[in-house]
Amino acid sequence: MLIADLPKANDIASRRRAHVHELRRFLVRRLATLVITLFLASVLVFWILNILPGKPAQVILGTQATPSAVAALTAKLGLNRPLVDQYLHWIHGLLTLHLGDSYISSQPIAPVIGAALEVTGPLVLGGLLVGLLIAIPLGIASAIHHTKRSGVVLSGLAQVGIAVPNFVLGILLIIVFAVDLKVLPASGFTTWSTSVTGALESLVLPAISLGLVEGAILARYIRTSVVEVLGADFLRTARAKGLRPNQALVRHGLRNASIPVLTVLGLELSGLIIGAVVIEAVFTLPGLGSLLLSSVANRDLITVQDIVMLVATTVLVVNLIVDLLYRIIDPRMGLRS
Amino acid sequence: MTEREAAITTPTETETSPPGVTRSSPLKLLLSSPSATAGAIIVGIAVIVAVVSIWWTPYGPLTVNTGAEFLRPSLAHPLGTDEYGRDVLSRLMTGTQITLLSSLGAVAIALVVGVPAGLIAAFRRGTTGEIIMRGADLLYSFPALLAAITLVAALGASTLTATLAIGIASIPVFARVTRSTALGVLSTDYVLAARAYGRSSLQIARRHVLPNIMPILVAQIALLLSVTILAVAALSYLGLGTPPPAPTWGGMLESAQNYLYQDPLLVLWPGLAIAVTVFGLNALGDGLRDILDPTLKGRS
Repeated sequence: MLIADLPKANDIASRRRAHVHELRRFLVRRLATLVITLFLASVLVFWILNILPGKPAQVILGTQATPSAVAALTAKLGLNRPLVDQYLHWIHGLLTLHLGDSYISSQPIAPVIGAALEVTGPLVLGGLLVGLLIAIPLGIASAIHHTKRSGVVLSGLAQVGIAVPNFVLGILLIIVFAVDLKVLPASGFTTWSTSVTGALESLVLPAISLGLVEGAILARYIRTSVVEVLGADFLRTARAKGLRPNQALVRHGLRNASIPVLTVLGLELSGLIIGAVVIEAVFTLPGLGSLLLSSVANRDLITVQDIVMLVATTVLVVNLIVDLLYRIIDPRMGLRS
Repeated sequence: MTEREAAITTPTETETSPPGVTRSSPLKLLLSSPSATAGAIIVGIAVIVAVVSIWWTPYGPLTVNTGAEFLRPSLAHPLGTDEYGRDVLSRLMTGTQITLLSSLGAVAIALVVGVPAGLIAAFRRGTTGEIIMRGADLLYSFPALLAAITLVAALGASTLTATLAIGIASIPVFARVTRSTALGVLSTDYVLAARAYGRSSLQIARRHVLPNIMPILVAQIALLLSVTILAVAALSYLGLGTPPPAPTWGGMLESAQNYLYQDPLLVLWPGLAIAVTVFGLNALGDGLRDILDPTLKGRS
């Protein structure tokens, strides 16, 4: 390449502008897809929960109830209106953050979900933290040693970690740390207002059970990605400049290696959010998952609908954000998919 | 098959597999990968246990034995007994059968719907294909466990509901793999030749596409089975799968958790059963993928 052919400074600036422009168009397109997906998901969830047999009023009042009592409750809950009306009413409520009242307790749902999020939110973040703390060192170490025996042992460890379900791990941790050593609570939750350290203590084991498995999966991707980068030409160039292997990896390798890992991280976050439902059951934490399961058991379908949509929206938005980050870090990525 | 057609189809075999590999028997191929061999042995044992449990278990898996609660492992009860004096080994064996059947059912649903959908999307790349793949994306973005909980909320907990929910949620996995690998086959010269020869899409799909994507599908089946086993176990642990007293791995874990102080060993067996089976299926799936697609070797 001739010197004259190299990009000039203003060329680079205009290229960056073009990139930002394309990024904006990508965002608009993805937001449109998100809205359509959420709309279809809400129709599907509403349809599944409302078309199928089992009248909520009959279930709530029990088999002893008179038909007139059932009819009265059905009218009170608004369940005798056309389904389209009910659907629009529900969606309008969601959009204006009026989540409606529980079929069972007649109390507003929003504060109940809010209280549950105080448990689930920190749990998911803690799980993510644990996962990253495990995955990054384990992944990089097993990549650097991938031809040696220690690397094989490390990736074998990750394989075992993937095979152990988080709820099994949770029960094993309870046996070791709560039953045998008696250092951490086996179940239940101390509220944040009662004691912050108490709340943190009740989240330690759940967060580890949630994060360890996701960390093992992530470690495998990080390993693959770093192994690929280790063989790249630009790393050889960096070494030729006189950088030591570790310096070259930290300065040039890890940023490149992080690109494919980021997409997986999005999936992992969805995995953590869904995994929290199971982990909350293991440790009887009063979070969103427990609320969902008890609502299913009580046939409090409106609460089920709200929580399912909340979780689905969170998962979709997280994926959108990760997708966007991915394209900001790596401008080479096409923006057209 | 006419001679001319034979000349057209023969290259298929060498095209997708490296030379020399196609000629050896499937068993030899399997044995060439330690990961696939180990996985196949573990999965084989699980299948044998499940089949044997249909006709024989040491004791009845539901037989309550008062006075024999929480027995430690012994010759009479190799894995001990649970809170009702039921033999844990017998329950674990029957649980293997229920878990494998439910997971296989889910994979079968995903396969039967997903593969044709992926094939249609590959053949009709216009609006039809676009609609199919958008549908797959929609389904894919909805977490499987959440879909299962929604369906259970509507239909009530049962083996069928759990199988159906996990199966439907797994359809996109096969639709995507089928479409992308089928597109690769459709762009080859021998498919062009078959088209020129006047073969219909259905014939091309049956004669050229399916045989070529079959190996990838087999590896995908093993990998998806490990995911569905985890999902089936999680659902039964949450009380949303096969209802008690039928023994399931997840259900056994759930009830054992109430007796952690009396007998922590009760948790170990179903936990181990899940972990070992999932490990075996992952090893088998990864190994098969490496054998069938040597370019991926050592990547994951």
